[in-house]
Amino acid sequence: MSGSRKSTPLPLEGEGVGGRGGGSPLPDMAREAASSDAASPSALSRKHPASTPSQPSPLEGEGSEKVIDVRGLNKSFGALRAVKDFGIRVERGRICGFLGPNGAGKTTTLRMLCGLLTPDSGEGTVLGYDVMKQSQAIKRRVGYMTQKFSLYEDLSIEQNLTFTARVHELDRRRERVQAALDRLRLTERRAQLAGNLSGGWKQRLALAAATLHGPDLLLLDEPTAGVDPEARRTFWDEIHALAAEGMTVLVSTHYMDEAERCHEIAYVMGGRTLARGTADEVIDSSGLVTFHAEGPGADRLGRELRDRPGVEMAAAFGTVLHVSGRDRAGLEAAIAPYRQPHLNWTETRPTLEDVFIQLIHDIDAEKAKAA
Amino acid sequence: MLSLTRTWAVMSKEFVQLTRDRLTYAMILLLPIVQLLLFGYAINDDPRHLPTAVLVQDNGAFSRSILTAMNNSGYFDISVQARSQHELDRALERGEVQFAVIIPADFTERVVRGDAAQVLVEADATDPSATSGAVAALASLPTQALTRDLTGPLAARRPGSAPFEVVVHRRYNPEAITAYNIVPGLLGVILSMTLVMMTSQGMARERERGTMESLLSTPVRPLEVMVGKLAPYVLVGMLQAAVILVMARVLFDVPMSGGWLALILGLMLFIIGSLALGFLISTVAKTQLQAMQMSFFYMLPSILLSGFMFPFRGMPEWAQAIGVTVPVTHLLRVVRGSLLKGVGLENAGPSLFALALFVLVVGTLAMLRYRTTLD
Repeated sequence: MSGSRKSTPLPLEGEGVGGRGGGSPLPDMAREAASSDAASPSALSRKHPASTPSQPSPLEGEGSEKVIDVRGLNKSFGALRAVKDFGIRVERGRICGFLGPNGAGKTTTLRMLCGLLTPDSGEGTVLGYDVMKQSQAIKRRVGYMTQKFSLYEDLSIEQNLTFTARVHELDRRRERVQAALDRLRLTERRAQLAGNLSGGWKQRLALAAATLHGPDLLLLDEPTAGVDPEARRTFWDEIHALAAEGMTVLVSTHYMDEAERCHEIAYVMGGRTLARGTADEVIDSSGLVTFHAEGPGADRLGRELRDRPGVEMAAAFGTVLHVSGRDRAGLEAAIAPYRQPHLNWTETRPTLEDVFIQLIHDIDAEKAKAA
Repeated sequence: MLSLTRTWAVMSKEFVQLTRDRLTYAMILLLPIVQLLLFGYAINDDPRHLPTAVLVQDNGAFSRSILTAMNNSGYFDISVQARSQHELDRALERGEVQFAVIIPADFTERVVRGDAAQVLVEADATDPSATSGAVAALASLPTQALTRDLTGPLAARRPGSAPFEVVVHRRYNPEAITAYNIVPGLLGVILSMTLVMMTSQGMARERERGTMESLLSTPVRPLEVMVGKLAPYVLVGMLQAAVILVMARVLFDVPMSGGWLALILGLMLFIIGSLALGFLISTVAKTQLQAMQMSFFYMLPSILLSGFMFPFRGMPEWAQAIGVTVPVTHLLRVVRGSLLKGVGLENAGPSLFALALFVLVVGTLAMLRYRTTLD
């Protein structure tokens, strides 16, 4: 899948240079050719004058530039402070996983980043544009895939893509739509209504629509909720292919396996970023020590162990008990009485899930202390 | 078996859901009140105090008495003193007055001579029911208007032998055929019913189905959405108008006296205005049901206070003031004017202007209401 994905923008690019892509966009093309990442899908979007940014964007520089660089974003709905002093930086070509419990403000944040919501306060840039003022310019170069399927269910697959292409004023619409259909392997079902597609296909169609205009930044809001494992895997292969082409991706998810497929993750809660970095960095910096207990009745010890000093978390996974804490000595003292012959204790590396549950507990404890 | 617990479960859930949608709730209570008020107070099938233009070519005492008597009947309010036949015709054609009264130059002389003196009353009979009461009241005018003036030698001209005669011309609809009035009026009502309701669903549907979020995340601008959404319905509206006009001609023999330019211009403005209103409603309504209710709410004054069903001039002033803000009122004037009266562009001007103003105001409001963000 990823192979066919990668190849698609290239033929369009080639035709653009020699053919209709001439005229005013030429300087852009030249700049694009000079840049190291000529195969980036952003080249596609910049080929027609309408999406040419009026000012040179800082993105044109080398590979480490920040596609998202925002600080102190705030957003309230009435009395509810959905996002509090949120800041994030994401470099070009990175896949950033956006994690956090329900109601953590993930959707609100994504909507602010793509210009759908205006932050109450904050500063920074998205794709070099002011996040507070230039939402219209941001919208041109961002692809946003909503949590709920939001294409027209009463239009066919092809009609939906054509609509998206027109709304973005894309040139060579027929080719682009056809390319997207080929990529999705939906050419034969192009006339089928989008509403009749199964969940997995809907997600892939939505992704195709969100990336049709070759955005520089792709925001995905829980894109794989309710999708079967195989479709999820295919979906993530596509996302990696897009990132390899230079697209920056910010994706919110609840799945830990997906978090591990991201280049970096940000864990947010209550509108605050609690952890940040690659999956390994997040695990290492948590300072968490985890033991697994295996053996008859191990999974039933959780309740007992949880209340012992030094144990911050004890949960059963199948027949295996995970016990974690940050104080190694305390933890070992706590489990010492349970080191019985029939139980096999091993120290293991904590998982992302262990770390996140830990983070949630910390916040709860903090709140309890404050109250 | 009917389980009371299960029935109650469904029933209490319905009640809770009913109270969730505050707007629906308010509409359910508000609609009957508004309907009662409109039907009870605003509608009057026997309109009085109808504006009347007079052209008095005979300045004698008899003329004054006749005008006073007309005024006293309660049906006529003399609002225009015309100086020429042309001015008189114009006032009638523009719909400024319902009646035009001419007292000819030799009136006094003829009354004195007993030589078939006549007062000419021209009635705008486009809406037959608006004038019938007043015309009936004219019957007693000849026998009573001059009673006090006819003394001495003129006493012979007193009742019994009417001293003059009132000639009534029912202009524009001489046979007082109701269909001539109702069918062109339907044009306005049918158009607003379909167009406002259809377009008001538009944005609400996008919001309900969640497609609004995708649409807003694209660079599309408010005016582009509005024009794009409404343009197909302009065609629908034109098609409807054409069908209604053809049927009016074929089935009901409604006269088409010309004034096509004013008619087409008026229809265009009206269609665009109705669509803009539908769009405005859809930016306010959260659900399609709410949009439906709001359009229905708008239909009430459009049918009752526009002069479509009941004579406009029969309504009290507050109701007329509401009626004037409704575009159907102005379209009715344009349509009846052009079909029945053959009114040209110039005399349809005020109504066309009102329609254009409506388009401008509602269109601007709709644009201001439309958000390119989800805030």
